[in-house]
Amino acid sequence: MSEVTTASVAVETLRTVRRERLRVILRSPTFLAGAILVGFWILCALVGAAVVPVDPYATDLLHELAPPSAAHWFGTDQLGRDVFSRVIVGARDILTVAPLATLLGTTLGTALGLVTGYFGGIVDETISRLIEAVLALPLIVVALLALVAIGASDSTVVVVIGLVFTPVISRTVRAAVLAERSLDYVSAAELRGEGSLYIMFVEILPNVVPPILVETTVRLGYAIFAVASLSFLGFGIQPPSADWGLTIADNYGLIDGGFWWTVTFPAIAVASLVVGVNLLADGLSKALAE
Amino acid sequence: MNVATPPDALAAEGLDVCYRVRGRDRVVLRGLDFRIRRGESFGLVGESGCGKSTVALAATRYLPRNGRVSGGRVLIDGRDVLELDNAELRRLRAHSVAMVYQEPAKALNPSMPIGRQVAEVFEVLGSPRREALEKARAMLGRVRIADPASVMVRYPHQLSGGMQQRVVIAMALAIRPSLLILDEPTTGLDATVEAEILDLIEQLRREYSTAVLFISHNLGVIAGMCDRVGVLYAGRMVEEGPTRAIFEDPRHPYTVGLLRCLPRRGRSKAQGRLDTIPGQLPPIGAQITGCIFAPRCVLADDLCRAVDPPPVRLSDGRVSACHHHERAPDLPTTAPPARRLAVLVDQAAVPVLSLDHVSKSFGGGAVTVRAVTDVSLELWAGETLGLVGESGSGKTTLARMILGLTGPDAGSELRINGRALASHAFQRHAAHRKSLQIIFQNPDTALNRARLIRRLISRALGKLAGLAGAERLERLHALIALVRLGERHLDVRPRQLSGGLKQRVAIALAFAGDPRVVVCDEPTSALDVSVQAAILNLLADLQAERQVSYVFISHDLGVVRYLSDRIAVLYLGRLMEFGPAEAVFSGPHHPYTEALLSAVPSVEGGRPERIALRGEIPSPVRPPSGCVFHTRCPRKIGAICERDVPQLREIAPGHSLRCHLHLDELGGAQAPAAADQASVS
Amino acid sequence: MSGLRFVLRRVALSLVTLWLLSVIVFLGAQVLPGDVGRAILGPLADPRAVAALDHKLGVDRPLLVQYWDWSSHFVTGDMGRSLVYRQPVGPFLAAALANSLKLAAIAFLLVVPLGIFGGVVAAMNVGRALDRIITVTGLSMTVVPEFVSSIVLILIFGVWLEWLPVSASWREGAGAFTQFRHLLLPAVPLVLVLFGYIARMARAGTVEALDADYTRTAVMKGLPFRTVVWRHVLPNALLPTITVIATQMGYLIGGLVVVETVFHYQGIGSLIYNAAKAKDFPMLESGVLMIGVVYTIATLIADVLYSLLNPRIRFGGRE
Repeated sequence: MSEVTTASVAVETLRTVRRERLRVILRSPTFLAGAILVGFWILCALVGAAVVPVDPYATDLLHELAPPSAAHWFGTDQLGRDVFSRVIVGARDILTVAPLATLLGTTLGTALGLVTGYFGGIVDETISRLIEAVLALPLIVVALLALVAIGASDSTVVVVIGLVFTPVISRTVRAAVLAERSLDYVSAAELRGEGSLYIMFVEILPNVVPPILVETTVRLGYAIFAVASLSFLGFGIQPPSADWGLTIADNYGLIDGGFWWTVTFPAIAVASLVVGVNLLADGLSKALAE
Repeated sequence: MNVATPPDALAAEGLDVCYRVRGRDRVVLRGLDFRIRRGESFGLVGESGCGKSTVALAATRYLPRNGRVSGGRVLIDGRDVLELDNAELRRLRAHSVAMVYQEPAKALNPSMPIGRQVAEVFEVLGSPRREALEKARAMLGRVRIADPASVMVRYPHQLSGGMQQRVVIAMALAIRPSLLILDEPTTGLDATVEAEILDLIEQLRREYSTAVLFISHNLGVIAGMCDRVGVLYAGRMVEEGPTRAIFEDPRHPYTVGLLRCLPRRGRSKAQGRLDTIPGQLPPIGAQITGCIFAPRCVLADDLCRAVDPPPVRLSDGRVSACHHHERAPDLPTTAPPARRLAVLVDQAAVPVLSLDHVSKSFGGGAVTVRAVTDVSLELWAGETLGLVGESGSGKTTLARMILGLTGPDAGSELRINGRALASHAFQRHAAHRKSLQIIFQNPDTALNRARLIRRLISRALGKLAGLAGAERLERLHALIALVRLGERHLDVRPRQLSGGLKQRVAIALAFAGDPRVVVCDEPTSALDVSVQAAILNLLADLQAERQVSYVFISHDLGVVRYLSDRIAVLYLGRLMEFGPAEAVFSGPHHPYTEALLSAVPSVEGGRPERIALRGEIPSPVRPPSGCVFHTRCPRKIGAICERDVPQLREIAPGHSLRCHLHLDELGGAQAPAAADQASVS
Repeated sequence: MSGLRFVLRRVALSLVTLWLLSVIVFLGAQVLPGDVGRAILGPLADPRAVAALDHKLGVDRPLLVQYWDWSSHFVTGDMGRSLVYRQPVGPFLAAALANSLKLAAIAFLLVVPLGIFGGVVAAMNVGRALDRIITVTGLSMTVVPEFVSSIVLILIFGVWLEWLPVSASWREGAGAFTQFRHLLLPAVPLVLVLFGYIARMARAGTVEALDADYTRTAVMKGLPFRTVVWRHVLPNALLPTITVIATQMGYLIGGLVVVETVFHYQGIGSLIYNAAKAKDFPMLESGVLMIGVVYTIATLIADVLYSLLNPRIRFGGRE
């Protein structure tokens, strides 16, 4: 059969497709901008504490609320702490809490989505109703309720946001699984006598990784959004952290007096991080959709 | 241009079209030249990916955003379409050219009543709203819609596929265009509905003397509908000319091969292998030097590989783009002489599969869908049972019940080798499971795309044959040799293989555990004709070697005929006729079978007298009383058909059918020669 | 399924959702904290005082009794007494809800037309620079937390330019225009978050409709482009956007918690926030459940509206 000889051509083509796809991603300005922003903050979170010019926690009562200058690039806050150094190290806590919460939500959501999507019927119906009920409440409100009930700390924030994300992610996964479930390879596996667990986790899961990946990146953006907002409200990351949300909450009462630098720089930091993550998600979903 | 002769309805002159994909231009049409004279019908045939639809889109200047005409011209009524400004283009579309495409459900606006949509066509031409609605109603009548007034106020989703396509045709022909473009207008419709639509198009076209560009992958449809044909291969017009000439005496190796691939003239597997075209289509946008067909051509020589053959004008007004067009008719066949052993079916033995009073209904209460009703069948080792019927006939449900993917209603009995089968696959013995396997219609979805082929087959061998280690590896190689795959196909993923290769992998999976019965659910309908033949050959070879039985489902009667020993005809979930393939095809047969056979368009040209079926296939929620076929039966006797359910009666040994008519009144009884009309594409 | 059956089924599902929601809120506010009295009085309080408080609050009773007591009272409008104000919760909640709806209404009236317009414009220019600008900007604004944009807005429009008041509270008896001026700045952060969502949905719907076969049919009829867009593209494109807009209510209310806090506005968001800070469980519980009720009703209305506008649901399937 000469069909055999042409297969090498097909392999070649696929490799080209991959290379071209990669090139498209790398050429996308939004993806690159996102990568640079996120990369910068990750670097700050990792080594920021070691390289900042001034101890971010050192108070200097002689220089409180000093405007930006050569000594203090971003000025100082009401305790005389260096705003620049605090912004740099402020990346650390949020970039620990938010990814962990996202990871938890993705893991649980994926498992739940696989089960509801694969089994369908009464299991799906029941869980879907519950999910709908939870989603009737905004994330912040659920988190407030839960954090008041069990007390705020970094780990409870991770658990609460992770649990709130679970239904959202499970919805995405469920939709993807539902589409896979109707494909013949699942029927073929059933006819081969494969068990449900094998079909869900070995047959279906690898095929729904792309949407999960995109959803996870999008969720990471919202996790940062939520952690920052909760910290701002006093229910998230707790003092004495240099967290951005916390810093803004401490200082925004002063902006009437013209002390703009204490809040503006942390605000830019939060905004640049979430926007960066979102641009990455956008580039990723574009590349996977091509 | 000569003033005396009116301009052609459509002319393509050196048309090049390319699409931009992942930052690169890919050529889809390569220097296309053809013309359609006024009132002429021109057919464009080709396999998937050859650029047929792109021709239509380029002609109407409706290429997708990433597509563009990179060379040449398209003229409609002598006007260069690409040069028109927006107002002129709109005028052209409003007055001169109309289009009908596949999937009528999508072609109609889902949130606008039918009447308004049709009326718009007249409004564009200047009719006031009320007059336009009046004209719309008249036009719906012309496309043989029985009750236009009630259809006017309905929405598209409330109509059947056939009705939707009538509406689209009404809109297209309402303006009496000089050019009508039809892009696969009946693909996806049932055979009897397809025949109705084709008749309608043919009649209106003649009445309005409209020129037609008819695009289809179905050679039979083109043969019956068109004055001239163009054969497209990888964006290149390889041959073009009068229909009769092309189909009876093709002068391009590709056309010759394509026609030889078709199982036709009532051919069956016992008469030997089908011819095939080796290789596969070049990928879209491939850079090619020399003849584009050379890599797959038996006649190809150094000249072909170096120089792109120019179109050669032959006598009787046809053109062939082949250096060796004079040798094309004597193209050597690729099929070795028939050496296939006829399978000896021992009907005295225990049937390998038997179905006793099998029924299946879905839902409950007022909306019970009776998908399958009281079907009893038997299948012996080594034979093929063809399941034939239109949508809603229950053939897929029946297949799923056999496999245990759908549980039958209580009272149904399924047995394999005389042993009762559990309802669901997961309740069945491992031995039963491995004896019953399936080859799905679409190998893209049947193979897990995340896996390497090696792992797919290994897993099947592990689960179905219980093998491991070196033994499994040995069997793996035996198995891929069996389905004519090579070592190099093992360490790739499904999407890296062509459709035909993927279907071979699917066949290998089904045969991993030495099955006794394999359900083939339209195994070739997602494949191109040239690939279909190779798969049919493989299935027939495997059957001869391994004495396996097939339950073969297909809407293509030629394919069914080729592979089947016996045929079951289903209508609305009931078994209407059941018997040896020969007998069912040659008659005497059931009026429904007769209508189905007559609906099949044939490449031999000149469709024989077609037996028209009235109306639509009834809903399985409320099947008609008495004989379920009476609402559409052209040979209905009278009240008895509406009142009494006809019993399945044996009219010859092993051949039974369900009809109130007397034996000598049945179709085909007097003219067994009519069997040849079963030839199809 | 016919139209009426769809609506009835949808109402029934909403009731189930609300019931589940009440159970979740109940569990969150009365069970999760463990000992409510202890949670309120703190770890150093006298155990007898805690027991007395528990008894007074009724949290020493069996859970089912507590749930029944609370939910049956909620339905009749009796939402218990605030622990902080020592007064019934109902009137507080009603006033706060009215204020929040005012703010939400302004945000909605701004963002819905803007979002749809932005999305449609982007879709019409799909693949071009304008499309990328609208999409990427919308997408980026969607993820910036409200407190960040609020502070930037206050700095620019309130502190530096002094165009708008930085506080959302106005003097008693202020006119509609004054109220609007005070609410404009708080509404903008909500608009920024929602704009991206609505624009994205409108864009996706419009792109799909533009590529649809029925649009090709309309173009091939020779209709003017404007007619094609207004008659064939937009009705089909924007129908799904209706439901999306309703589901954004949830995000909007979540945003209210932050925005009302930053701008010192007496709405349901700041009510919940203050109740949470003060561990005023009856107030928190009822406020949260009220948010769920508002959200559920909003999505219900949107779904019914959608079914009325969509002939596929209005007329059911083919016979």
